[in-house]
Amino acid sequence: MDVEQTPLPASLAGWECRNNRLAWLALQADGFVDRALAARQTYGAASVAVVMGTSTSSIGASEEAYTRLDPAGNFPADLARSIVHTPHSLGDFVQHALGLTGPAVTVATACSSSAKVFAQAARLIQTGVVDAAVVGGVDTLCGSVLFGFNALELVSPERCQPFDVARRGLSLGEAGGFALLERSGDGPRLLGWGESSDAHHMSSPHPEGLGARLAMEGALQRAGLTPADIDYINLHGTATPKNDEIEAAAIAAVFPASTWASSTKGWTGHTLGAAGIIESVIALLALEHGEVPGTLNSVTLDPLCGPQLRLENGERRCRHVMNNSFGFGGNNASLVFGQA
Amino acid sequence: MSRFAFKVDGIGFWASGLPGWEAARAFLADGTVPETAPRKPAPDLLPPNERRRAPDTVALAIEIAMAACRDAGADPALLPSVFTSTHGDLAITDYMCATLASAPRSISPTRFHNSVHNAAAGYWTIGVGCHAPATAVSAYTASFAQGLLEAVVQLADGAPQVLLVAYDAQAHGALGRISPSEGLLGAALVLSAGDGAPHSLALEAGSAEPPHDPLSARYAANAMAPMLPLIAALAAGSGQCELVAGPGLRLRVALNG
Repeated sequence: MDVEQTPLPASLAGWECRNNRLAWLALQADGFVDRALAARQTYGAASVAVVMGTSTSSIGASEEAYTRLDPAGNFPADLARSIVHTPHSLGDFVQHALGLTGPAVTVATACSSSAKVFAQAARLIQTGVVDAAVVGGVDTLCGSVLFGFNALELVSPERCQPFDVARRGLSLGEAGGFALLERSGDGPRLLGWGESSDAHHMSSPHPEGLGARLAMEGALQRAGLTPADIDYINLHGTATPKNDEIEAAAIAAVFPASTWASSTKGWTGHTLGAAGIIESVIALLALEHGEVPGTLNSVTLDPLCGPQLRLENGERRCRHVMNNSFGFGGNNASLVFGQA
Repeated sequence: MSRFAFKVDGIGFWASGLPGWEAARAFLADGTVPETAPRKPAPDLLPPNERRRAPDTVALAIEIAMAACRDAGADPALLPSVFTSTHGDLAITDYMCATLASAPRSISPTRFHNSVHNAAAGYWTIGVGCHAPATAVSAYTASFAQGLLEAVVQLADGAPQVLLVAYDAQAHGALGRISPSEGLLGAALVLSAGDGAPHSLALEAGSAEPPHDPLSARYAANAMAPMLPLIAALAAGSGQCELVAGPGLRLRVALNG
């Protein structure tokens, strides 16, 4: 399936843009839309929330409009649709695409966005606002992030090499993914979440990894688990010199040697606001199948890494897995999942 | 759907022409408007050179957040926060889009990292040294109600006190004709729950009644105007209001002085 060749159905034409097309493709994947519609049937449309994460939503449509302004300086007619030029474009699209009428909100905390959606949706369920929630995240490549990350000199000239001593920066990616959260059922469990702020710098992590540690410790505490209970951590691991330095040190300080940890961004690139959902899904697959990914493209681990960091794929039965997502503004989230 | 009880411990407000909560209350009481008002706030939390350079949304959000914490006597370093904005910083989005269309390689790295929706939350947590969770949400015309809902849900989840910061700023350029928003408008609330919390909030089906308060009339052109029925009710000290909470959805808020 090609996002360029797959327009939205006529009934959803008002949300037409590349980011919502990717959302639409991702909804069709793996039978997700059927599960979401079954939840709508079970609980009622008003009792299913939509909590979406994205960094840039459909700003690609705004960027395109600026390249095709009419002589009076106005947006071209096909892009003169307010909803695709605002951050909630994604949440509003998913709510309408699934015919849901409960609370719908878009979380935009840069690269932690679609990890934080799990926490926000779980709170909505636990406090009785809704019975279920569609969570997820979608981010597509656009000029803002391509030229913006280059301006910050954070992009690698080669394929990214997370935690490699010779890493030179991140590779940008794009992705969409969804999960259905319910109060009970036979799926894996969201056992805990931790959220924190670095209070240090807009685009550089706290030098001692304080925010990262607070998020991981918060998630463990809420789950009622100790570090030794975590069998696999899907790390943020962007392959920027600074992120991997602080995250490697935090993992080495908090977790025992028995915990496995890796970054899967060598396969996916850094999918920004979609990283939380994509990497939660990878961690959930490790939980389900016992196949634990290593770290693609990396050859020689930075000496800062502890024994937790793994380059090779491996097999082990996982009782609990963790996912880390850290964003600009020093915005951090960690999630802990457990077996059904 | 469920109902939540809450308390308002502190209020911060700033709008073009009404630079502070006292000014807003005076306006609501008898229509008084200050003779002069600054174009944008200059919160002393930011160093002097940053005060001028800070994006309007950041200066606005920090000013009202600080005022709400002061009013509540709360330590800002300890408060989890929910930042909500319909459009984020439209001036920066206009800059990004216009620059990408003309000279993409000249994009400013600082303006790029300031373009994230959680920029104000980031500068706030950095400025006050806060390691508590901060989030940044958006829900189109329901941005305020969804932010308020998340804040009271965090209270119900066990947070003793939560800071809610809602703001939208002036639109610019071609984007401004598609996503219009006039002037600066923001309000921040320090909220708590617990025994004796006098106010209540309920999410229900139905559209919100049209606003009829003078603040809503004055600031209707700002994208955060949907919060104003609650702000006017808070100034009155009691009463009910309905807030737009999404398509076919409203938040009913009852204030009991």
